[in-house]
Amino acid sequence: MLNLDQIKPGATVKVRKVSADGNLQRRILALGIIPGSTLEVIKVAPLGDPIEVKLRSSNLMIRKEEAQNISVEEIVN
Amino acid sequence: MHRNITYALVGNPNSGKTTLFNALTGSNQTIGNWPGVTVEKKTGKLVKHHDINIIDLPGLYSLSANSIEEVIASEALTDNPPDGIINIIDGTNLERNLYMTTQLLDLGLPLILAINMNDELESEGLALDPCLLAKRLGCPVVAISALKGKGLDELLDLLNTPETTLLPPRHQLTYGEDVEALVSKVSEVIGKAYPESQVRYWSFRALEKNFIGKLSPNQREQIQGLIAEYEKSHDDDIESTLALARYSKIDNIVSGSIQGERKSNLSITDRIDKIVTNRWLAIPIFVIIMIIVYGISVTTLGGMATDWTNDVLFGEIIPPAVEGFLQSINVAPWLESLIVEGIIGGVGAVLGFVPQMLVLFFMLAFLEASGYMARIAFIMDRIFRKWGLSGKSFIPLLIGSGCSVPGIMASRTIEEEKDRRMTVIVTSFIPCSAKLPVIGLFAGALMGGAWWVAPAAYFLGIAAVVVSGLILKKTKRFEGDPAPFVMELPTYRLPSLKTVLRSTWERGSSFIKKAGTVILLSSIVIWALTRFGIENGALATVDEIDNSFMAIIGNSIGWIFTPLGWHSWQSAVATITGLVAKENVVSTFGILFGMAEVSEAGNEIWPQVAAHFGVLGGFSFLMFNLLCIPCFAAVGAIKREMNSASWTWFAIGYQTVFAYGVSFVFYQVSLWLTGGGFTVVTFLALAVLALAVYLAVRKPAGKASSQLAKSEA
Repeated sequence: MLNLDQIKPGATVKVRKVSADGNLQRRILALGIIPGSTLEVIKVAPLGDPIEVKLRSSNLMIRKEEAQNISVEEIVN
Repeated sequence: MHRNITYALVGNPNSGKTTLFNALTGSNQTIGNWPGVTVEKKTGKLVKHHDINIIDLPGLYSLSANSIEEVIASEALTDNPPDGIINIIDGTNLERNLYMTTQLLDLGLPLILAINMNDELESEGLALDPCLLAKRLGCPVVAISALKGKGLDELLDLLNTPETTLLPPRHQLTYGEDVEALVSKVSEVIGKAYPESQVRYWSFRALEKNFIGKLSPNQREQIQGLIAEYEKSHDDDIESTLALARYSKIDNIVSGSIQGERKSNLSITDRIDKIVTNRWLAIPIFVIIMIIVYGISVTTLGGMATDWTNDVLFGEIIPPAVEGFLQSINVAPWLESLIVEGIIGGVGAVLGFVPQMLVLFFMLAFLEASGYMARIAFIMDRIFRKWGLSGKSFIPLLIGSGCSVPGIMASRTIEEEKDRRMTVIVTSFIPCSAKLPVIGLFAGALMGGAWWVAPAAYFLGIAAVVVSGLILKKTKRFEGDPAPFVMELPTYRLPSLKTVLRSTWERGSSFIKKAGTVILLSSIVIWALTRFGIENGALATVDEIDNSFMAIIGNSIGWIFTPLGWHSWQSAVATITGLVAKENVVSTFGILFGMAEVSEAGNEIWPQVAAHFGVLGGFSFLMFNLLCIPCFAAVGAIKREMNSASWTWFAIGYQTVFAYGVSFVFYQVSLWLTGGGFTVVTFLALAVLALAVYLAVRKPAGKASSQLAKSEA
C-alpha cells in the first residue's frame, strides 16, 4: 500500500483510507478526499513540496507531510 | 413595516461570496473584526430594504471547527442564530460545496441555496436543474452569477419575502440506519445541553470528536464510548464514516441535476498552471510578478504618490498656508506650533501612507481575486513554513522593505491566523526605506561609507525574521496543532474592477480609521515632549531640545542602554524621535550636534557621530534602531491587524527585547574579541546568545508530548 506523498505526478489513484488526526483529518475529509475517491496527482511544487492533486473538477494542494496520512492504490489505465 | 431580519451569508472560499455580498448590500456595509481575532467581519443591509441585514461569515469548507474562522462561523450560527442562511456555492464544484450545506441543514434554520458560476456551467454546455436540487434538499435553490449579476433579482425577491422564504427545511437529510441510530443515541446524551433545534447539529459535531462547547466531562465520556463501540463494530473511524455518508448523500442529491457532458480536456486554469506553477518557470515568473508589484507600489507610482503627499502636500502646501493664516489672526506661537507641527504633522504622517497603500492594496486584491495568490502559497510554502510563516508571507516582507506599514497591512491575505500574527510581528525587521538614511549615517560615520553596511543591514533583518520565526513558533502563543495546509488552487478568473476597487478602499480606509488615532496621538505627544521643557525653573516652550522634557527623559533612561555600548541622553532621544519616523534619527542628531539642517544621510555630522559612539557602540545603536519598535505608523498597523491589545503589546515587546538582545550580544562579544577583556558582562552576553540558540532549536513542548501520545497509542 502506498501513501499519497509517494505517488509520481501523472498517476491516478484511488483513496483507500485517511488516517490523520483531529483537524487535519476533518479538513481532508471535508474537501472530499474520502475512501473511494479518485485523485490525479498533477505536479510537485517547484521546491519539492507541496503537491497538487485533482479531485473531481477542483485542484487542491497538500503538503507531503499531510499526504502521508492518505493511503492510496494506483489505478492502472 | 419594520421587519428587522438577519441573514448569514455562508460559503466556501473562492465561491464568489464577497462578490455576492457586495451585490446584495451595495454600499451599505460596515467592516470590522470579529472580537479579539484577526478575522474580518462584514455586515450590510440589503439594497433598497434596509430592514434586512446580512452578516458575511468567513469563507469555509466545513463547520467542523478546524480553524478560528470555523469556530467563529459556528458560534455566529448557534449562539445567536440568524433568521436565515444564504448559502452560496460554486456550481462548478457542486459536490464539495454541498458538503457544508449538509452541515448547515443540520442546524434546522431556514436556508436559501444560491448556486453561483451558473454562467461558467452554461458556457461549458451544462444545464443545472435548481428545482430538482430544491426538491431533494428541501430548501429554495436559485442559480446565479454574482459576477455577471444574473439571477440576483430572483434571490433578492426571495430574501425580501421572508413570510414565505423563512421556513425551516422541508425535510431532514438522513444518512442511513446505522449513522442515524448512533446520532439519536448521542442526541439523548446531549439532551438539554443545547436548544432542542440544535441538538442534531451538535450531535454531529460531537461525533466528529469536536468537543468545543457545553458538554460535561461525563457526557463527553459517554459519547466517546458510543464512538468507540461504533468504530469497533464497523471497523472504520467515525470521521471517515460520517464524511462518506455525507458525500454519498450528496452524490444522490446531485445525480441527474446537471444535464450535459463535462468536457474532459484541460481547462484554461490547467493550461495556465502548466506554465505558472511549472517546475522551472514558476520561480522566474514569481520573481517577475513580485518585481512588478514592488516596482509599482514602492519605487514608482505608489512611492511618488506618497512622496508627493509627504513632501509637497504636507510639506509645501498645507503647513505654510495654515501658518500664514494662524499668524494673520495672531495665534500664540506655541499654539501655532501645536497645530502646524503637532497636528498637521501627525495627520500628514497618517495620510502620507495612504496613496502608496491604495496602490499596493489594488494589486494585492487583483492577485487574490485572480487566483494567483494561492499559487504563491504553493510555490513558497516549503521555505516559509519552517519559520512559522506562510508562503504568502513573502509579500508582506517584500513590501516591508519599502515601508513596514503597507507590509504589515498586506498580511491580511494570509489564511491562517497564526501565520498572519507571526508575519505581523516580523515584517518590520526588514529595513524599510526610512531606515536607509540611518544606515547611511552610520555607514558614513563609522566605515567611511563602506558598501557592505547596507546589505549587512538587510541580512540582519532577514536573519531576525528567520530566528524570530524559529523562536516564536515554539512559544505558548503559537503552539498547538499546525493549521492543515490542504486547500484549493482556485480557478483563474479575471476579477471585476468593482470588487478589486472595493477591497482596495476597504483596506485603505480601515488603516486610516484604526491605525490613524495611534499615529496621530503619538506624534502629538512626541511633539509636546520636544517643544516643552523647564527653562529658568518654569514650564516653557523651549527652542533648544537640550532643555526639553525629551532631554529629561533621555537622561533618565540613558542608563538602560549602557550595556549596549551607548548611554548618552542624545542617543536615547534620537531613538525616541525615531519612533515618529525612523529617518528622524538623522535629523535629531543633526540638531543635537549643532547643525540646523543636515543632508539625508547626515554627512555633516559624520565626525561627531563617529566620535560620540565609536565603531562598536555605533553599530550597536544602529542594530537596535533597525530592529526595535518600528515607527508609530507601523505600530498602528500592527494594532489594526492584531485586533488585540495583548497581541500588539506582545509584538512590540518582543521586537524591543529581541533588538536589545542582539545589540547587547553584538557589543559585548565584539568588545571581548577586540581585546576588551572577558568580564561578567561578556559571560552574560554569551549566556543570552546560548539561550537564543536554545529557544530557536529546541523541540516544541506541545509536539513532543503529542508524538509521545501517538506512539503510546
